Amino acid sequence: MASVGVDTPASKVRTAEAQRIYGRGRKIPIGSIKDKKLRGNLKSLEKKYKDAALKARDAEILLENESGCLEPETELEKTYKVRQDDIKDDVVIESAKKRFELKLEGLGPYTADYTRNGRGLLLAGRKGHIATMDWRDGKLYSELQLRETARCAKWLHNDQFFAVAQKKHVYIYDRAGVELHCLQKHIEVTHMEFLPYHFLLCTIGNAGYLKYTDTSTGQTVIEMPTKLGSPTSLAQNPFNAILHVGHQNGTVTLWSPNSTTPLVKTLAHHGPVRSIAVDREGRYMVSAGQDLRMAVWDIRMFKEVNNYFLRQPGSSVAISDRNLTAASWGTQVSVWKGLFDKSRTDQEKIQSPYMAWGGEGKRIEHVRWCPFEDILGISHDKGFSSIIIPGAGEPNFDALEVNPYENTKQRQEAEVKSLLNKLQPEMISLDPDFIGKLDRTSAAKRAIEADLDKKPEDPVLALKNKGRGKNSSLRKYLRKKGSKNIIDERRLKIEALRKEQTKVREKLKEKERDLGPALARFARRGG
Amino acid sequence: MKIKALSRSASSQQAPGSTVSQQPRNLNPALHTFERAREYTRALNATKLERMFAAPFIAQLGNGHVDGVYTMAKDPLSLERFASGSGDGVVKVWDLASRSQTWTAQAHEGIVKGMCWTKDQKLLSCASDRTIKLFDPYNTPSGTAPMATYLGQTAFTGLSHHRVLPSFAASSSVISIYDLSRPSSTATQTLSWPTSTDTITTLSFNQTETSILASAATDRSIVLYDLRTSSPLTKVILRLASNAISWNPMEAFNFAAASEDHNIYIFDMRKLDRALNVLRDHVAAVMDVEFSPTGEELVSASYDRTVRLWKRAEGHSRDIYHTKRMQRVFSSKFTPDATYLLTGSDDGNIRLWRAHASSRDGGIKSARQRQHLEYDAALKERYKHMPEIRRIRRHRHLPKTVKKAAEIKTEEIKAIRRREENERKHSKKGLVKRRSEREKMILATEK
Repeated sequence: MASVGVDTPASKVRTAEAQRIYGRGRKIPIGSIKDKKLRGNLKSLEKKYKDAALKARDAEILLENESGCLEPETELEKTYKVRQDDIKDDVVIESAKKRFELKLEGLGPYTADYTRNGRGLLLAGRKGHIATMDWRDGKLYSELQLRETARCAKWLHNDQFFAVAQKKHVYIYDRAGVELHCLQKHIEVTHMEFLPYHFLLCTIGNAGYLKYTDTSTGQTVIEMPTKLGSPTSLAQNPFNAILHVGHQNGTVTLWSPNSTTPLVKTLAHHGPVRSIAVDREGRYMVSAGQDLRMAVWDIRMFKEVNNYFLRQPGSSVAISDRNLTAASWGTQVSVWKGLFDKSRTDQEKIQSPYMAWGGEGKRIEHVRWCPFEDILGISHDKGFSSIIIPGAGEPNFDALEVNPYENTKQRQEAEVKSLLNKLQPEMISLDPDFIGKLDRTSAAKRAIEADLDKKPEDPVLALKNKGRGKNSSLRKYLRKKGSKNIIDERRLKIEALRKEQTKVREKLKEKERDLGPALARFARRGG
Repeated sequence: MKIKALSRSASSQQAPGSTVSQQPRNLNPALHTFERAREYTRALNATKLERMFAAPFIAQLGNGHVDGVYTMAKDPLSLERFASGSGDGVVKVWDLASRSQTWTAQAHEGIVKGMCWTKDQKLLSCASDRTIKLFDPYNTPSGTAPMATYLGQTAFTGLSHHRVLPSFAASSSVISIYDLSRPSSTATQTLSWPTSTDTITTLSFNQTETSILASAATDRSIVLYDLRTSSPLTKVILRLASNAISWNPMEAFNFAAASEDHNIYIFDMRKLDRALNVLRDHVAAVMDVEFSPTGEELVSASYDRTVRLWKRAEGHSRDIYHTKRMQRVFSSKFTPDATYLLTGSDDGNIRLWRAHASSRDGGIKSARQRQHLEYDAALKERYKHMPEIRRIRRHRHLPKTVKKAAEIKTEEIKAIRRREENERKHSKKGLVKRRSEREKMILATEK
């Protein structure tokens, strides 16, 4: 092992490589710092960071598994010609068993969702057939017939709970299929996402209201109108928990619960955005539109990287751990490799897909990659197919992060830990590492900004217990334009207060009525 | 076509029938999203837990004394024995493990002013009744007459034993060195600054550089002596008198002085015209100060009824201990293992505290537990500047009197500063010089 600190060319290369993969940003320039103590501290800190990166690089030798591969041996062989049967014959039995078909005709089309560790599978048929299972062991957890429309289903933080967007409300069930909660605030939901680190269930329905609910406490965090009509797609950026919403007019808007206006608005397609997917490092977005296009976007610059033609409008796109992109269109699924590469500035246009599947008359609804496996789950109107795509999954998982082989004890412990480390919704921002960073804007500028969006004083406190006529300030506040559709904690408080006031007033009126016209003036509120 | 699909067997992760499962790690940052935010949350939780578990007071020892506890002495050869002397002349010896009294005697007639243990585990005590007495608490029953008595001309105020030699120093108007190995009860050597006439209130042998002795007197001076030349070395006069002196056990040339002006000054004995550090937080005279055995921390007892803990290199205290019933605190000591504190106060109780309010040292910790504590400590250190964490970490409940006094004190200091600035503004340039806070209190140094 090369010793640290000696600047041989080889060690420099090694350091640069380690820094590229495991580094945490640029070095702090310490040359210009005059304070001796600070310079010393920063120097030792930098040394620690460098050391950590090198050690992490050295620890790669401990990684056990290698990723799958599909490589042509001659010029004539094409990977997209490989059929599932060929793969099934060539791979080990253990892997071949993961290829299966579920024939569920008449209740579809189906949507599917894998848990974060890729172990549980949730199937939801449009006509209300719900099934949860451990798909690797082929063990059914529960099967439900809801007898009403189920539009979307999502696992929550682990395989113990899942949410289903039904005809009117969103319901939360436990793994065995027992209904636990009915979220009555979420009406006619079409798309759902769950932010696992924040424990936020985000829904959007036909009315175009984006709603965040904390599933650990049951509190509504915020609900806000997108003002762009009923949405056509929803996806989360796993890197920074920002939601990407696709709209009818071809725009994609980015939302965080901390702002009632979209953080970013881009015109991605000429026509409704049918589906959106974001890669796990939060750098690229792939979207499919009604305009027969599949576009690759660089989220860091908000620039279109490339644009691909699909023969039919793409119904669903998904990006795997190792950046394979699956896109379904009509009855076909095509899987693309190398659509984007974070370390390249000029992305070449890929000429042919990596793999293809379908054309058997199954209209595809959803494609989902199984985390940590070379498996693509395809849900269609005839059921569900699990196909093998070599090289898709992350081969080496981190057991202390998400563990596909966890036992009950580990699952319980992980749940407690993740609840303890639950992130606050205020921490959601385009740059997830902003915490602990120095805010470099000057104090003067900050003061101006603070003044600009200074919130009005809490009207609840100002107006409490003041008997007012019909035109009370509370009503005025509720009526005020602009914040009309934003339902947050403050608004709920005001509404409750308003209700209380009306009740008191009505009671008083009743008393007056009882006392008669002569004695009415002696009626007192309360008592 | 070369085809290979990912395959891991479940049994390789946990063998069937086994309870031990493999936990592979992958340090790729892509698998660790929200790293910073989660770390911050953990740091916040750890800080909250630290404050939740903060319970510094453990117990008081036995039934304490009838009168106030004005002096305490640790046996340097034992982890659990220490002695305390009270205002009514009673000396008691305590056992820390059982928190009980093991020996007691009516040693003196006046206030017990100083105590120390000899190398053969005998106890020396001195008092304002002009006597120094030698007891043997380990081998004799309570109330036994002293083994030896040394008579002096004036009231004795302090005692300190030499690190290796069987001799000790006692302070009165001069410093007298007695030799324990000799039968005679007269001093073998007397030390004093040639021009000084005032009473010496405290003294302390350097335990590393063993022939150096420091003393503080009522004439506001701190004097250093060298036994080898039997002469004083340097004298520094401060603005107010010092109540206690403690040598740093790890840096032999540094000592801390507890001053009447509410501050603690850390000096380098080689360079007395400037303090190394000024520790300011107390709102009344500091009565006692002691370095921890590691030399990294200090404990101080104050007339404002509080005990404060300090880091050597920081200017403000890291913690403050107080109870409703604790009166003026006159002595404070670290236990020899640096994990507990002992304080003696005017209300006659000797209290045992944790040196770290939220630590729980009982029992053996598993490696996992220790690792967790270390990880938490590192996180807290890393995110200590974040506003929320900083607020929680620094929040202490203060007695009303102390809080009020601190407010008044800051107002006063501000006023003084303002006055000085005004004076400077209206006088000739350079006439009224600014003096550093670390030099301000030094009036003169003499060699």
